[in-house]
Amino acid sequence: MGRDRPNGTRPIHSFEMPAEDEDLKIEPASAPPDPETLRERLRTMARIRAFEEQVGRQFREGNVHGFVHTSIGQEAVAAGSCGVLDRDDFITTTHRGHGHCLAKGADPEPMMAELFGRETGTCHGRGGSMHLADASLGILGANGIVGAGVPIAVGAALAARREQAGRVALAFFGEGAVHCGAFHEGMVLAVAWQAPVVFICENNHYAEFTPSTGAWGGPGLLERASAYGVPALRVEGNDVGKVEAAVRAAVNSARAGAGPAFLEMLTYRMGGHYEGDAEPYRVEGEREEWAERDPIAAVDATLAAAGQDGVAKALLEEARQEMEAAVRNALAAPYPEPEAVMEYVGA
Amino acid sequence: MPDPTATAKPPRYLDAVNAALADEMRADGSVIALGVDIGRGGGAYGVTRGLFEEFGADRVIDTPIAEAGVLGAAVGAAMAGQRPVAEVMYMDFVTVCLDPIVNQAAKLRYMTGGGVTVPIVFRTQTGGGRSGGAQHSQSLEGILAHIPGLDVYCPSDARDAYDLLVAAIRADHPVCFVENRRLYGKRADGWEREALPPGRARLVREGADLTIVTWGRMVPESIAALDALPDVAADLIDLRTLAPLDVDTVVESVRRTGRCLVVHEAVERFGPGGELISKVAEGALFDLDGPILRHGARPTPVPYSPGLEAAMLPDSEGIGAAIARTLEG
Repeated sequence: MGRDRPNGTRPIHSFEMPAEDEDLKIEPASAPPDPETLRERLRTMARIRAFEEQVGRQFREGNVHGFVHTSIGQEAVAAGSCGVLDRDDFITTTHRGHGHCLAKGADPEPMMAELFGRETGTCHGRGGSMHLADASLGILGANGIVGAGVPIAVGAALAARREQAGRVALAFFGEGAVHCGAFHEGMVLAVAWQAPVVFICENNHYAEFTPSTGAWGGPGLLERASAYGVPALRVEGNDVGKVEAAVRAAVNSARAGAGPAFLEMLTYRMGGHYEGDAEPYRVEGEREEWAERDPIAAVDATLAAAGQDGVAKALLEEARQEMEAAVRNALAAPYPEPEAVMEYVGA
Repeated sequence: MPDPTATAKPPRYLDAVNAALADEMRADGSVIALGVDIGRGGGAYGVTRGLFEEFGADRVIDTPIAEAGVLGAAVGAAMAGQRPVAEVMYMDFVTVCLDPIVNQAAKLRYMTGGGVTVPIVFRTQTGGGRSGGAQHSQSLEGILAHIPGLDVYCPSDARDAYDLLVAAIRADHPVCFVENRRLYGKRADGWEREALPPGRARLVREGADLTIVTWGRMVPESIAALDALPDVAADLIDLRTLAPLDVDTVVESVRRTGRCLVVHEAVERFGPGGELISKVAEGALFDLDGPILRHGARPTPVPYSPGLEAAMLPDSEGIGAAIARTLEG
């Protein structure tokens, strides 16, 4: 897929790589989601936005401990991707995983309690934001180690392949993870095993503090994936309809036994790497530019054009009330008993 | 279980490992084995021979040389309902795949408040003394036993290799199963012995002069040392598993003998002997007649040249000298 460059050089730029029109095997379903589905995805996005807003606020209040990473601006990737999954499909996610968990069906109330370190939390206060998991929903964990979820998803897909029940695994990770060994080994194994796994690379433009554009030499994301023999596609990650269409195509293909796929979701991290990040590295003017491409506003505009006005406002209001209630209940919940500190040690 | 009556000779250590894998795979369809060269090739030391033919490529999976990915995938498969036995061909190689062992498998049950279980076995082998060089000879079980959430089993003979591997595969938590390749060809002594669970040490010999605490290949090495010292009578304790650790058996013995020597193939520096001596001091300090000693490998990378390697590793002669020092102390 390489292109000829003057003097045989390649640009040190991650976004001048193969575009959607090149020879990619995934054919996204062409029909956009119907208004009812769009509305449902918008509800998911609004709930993620409201959850993350509360997390930021509660971190500043001192109710959320440690470090916490939010995903404002990236809601369409979570909502569109998980929207096509069944309850028993698997996902693995990252340190920035609240949105994926919510979109996969996790209840925000125990999630908030988990972030507050309470016994009623999703993981009884043992995990925190970076280790949210709910096996009953196929959520095999957020992860504090960049890239670690990639091979875990491949392994879940291997198990799914054995069971032959059509289950798939989605691995969410950032564009910062594609440099680490776990990512590359995960790709190698997925291809070797033709595992039903879809790699969702959320390119939010920042690997922690480092702008990804221009940060690395060599081929870009799609070219790297293609080199392993994995069909790859770049998707407008702030367009929930396009996200959903691409993921549906990849998931259907994986369910049918055609093996893995790689999707680069172009999106933008509106907040810092973590809450409280002073962001001295932020490229000037960029955030304002991306604010114009807000994924929630985009769906709202589509629905308005179809005659449904004010949907986002109403859904956000509803979601904010839900998250306020989650905060109230988390604040009222007990911390784990210190005597129980040894409980749940694996061995 | 291998039937020792079916052949003239009792099973070797590697037959026992093979039999435990085969028996558990027959009994439980969710048990899968994966690792480099374990399938068609039968394993670097022939331990998995025949499994591929019996259970097929779907359950005995030859993997690319991508240990971190393979172990990560094993963790994912374990959370998704399989019982993977993932092989790390040499114990030295755990250093290239510590994240799935240490940060994922060991912690997931805890981090999720019991929400997930990770029934996984990390099989590996070590064994210095064959000029494997510094990257194919290390005993790193102490690093693994340091991590809460990991069990570490180190069988010293064929019978324990069978019993402990069966227990490891049936456990709902991660187990690091450390074989010693220099024991692979050793035939079972006392195959008819009753199975002991993990966490229970075995008193190999009894004697009132001192307590020797060891595991793995240092068990036969310590027996050889004692055989060469007919005047010394020792309690020889094979720990069998470092985690869980049978402190009670050790402390109870030291209270009787008043002297204690810990022997291990790992280097002494920050090695498992330090932990054991601390436990003995806590439990039996006022019953001691002399300092608690340890005898392990010297703190160098494992040398290649046979003479240098012999100078670095503990052996029966060195153990004999350490026994003498323990009795003098």
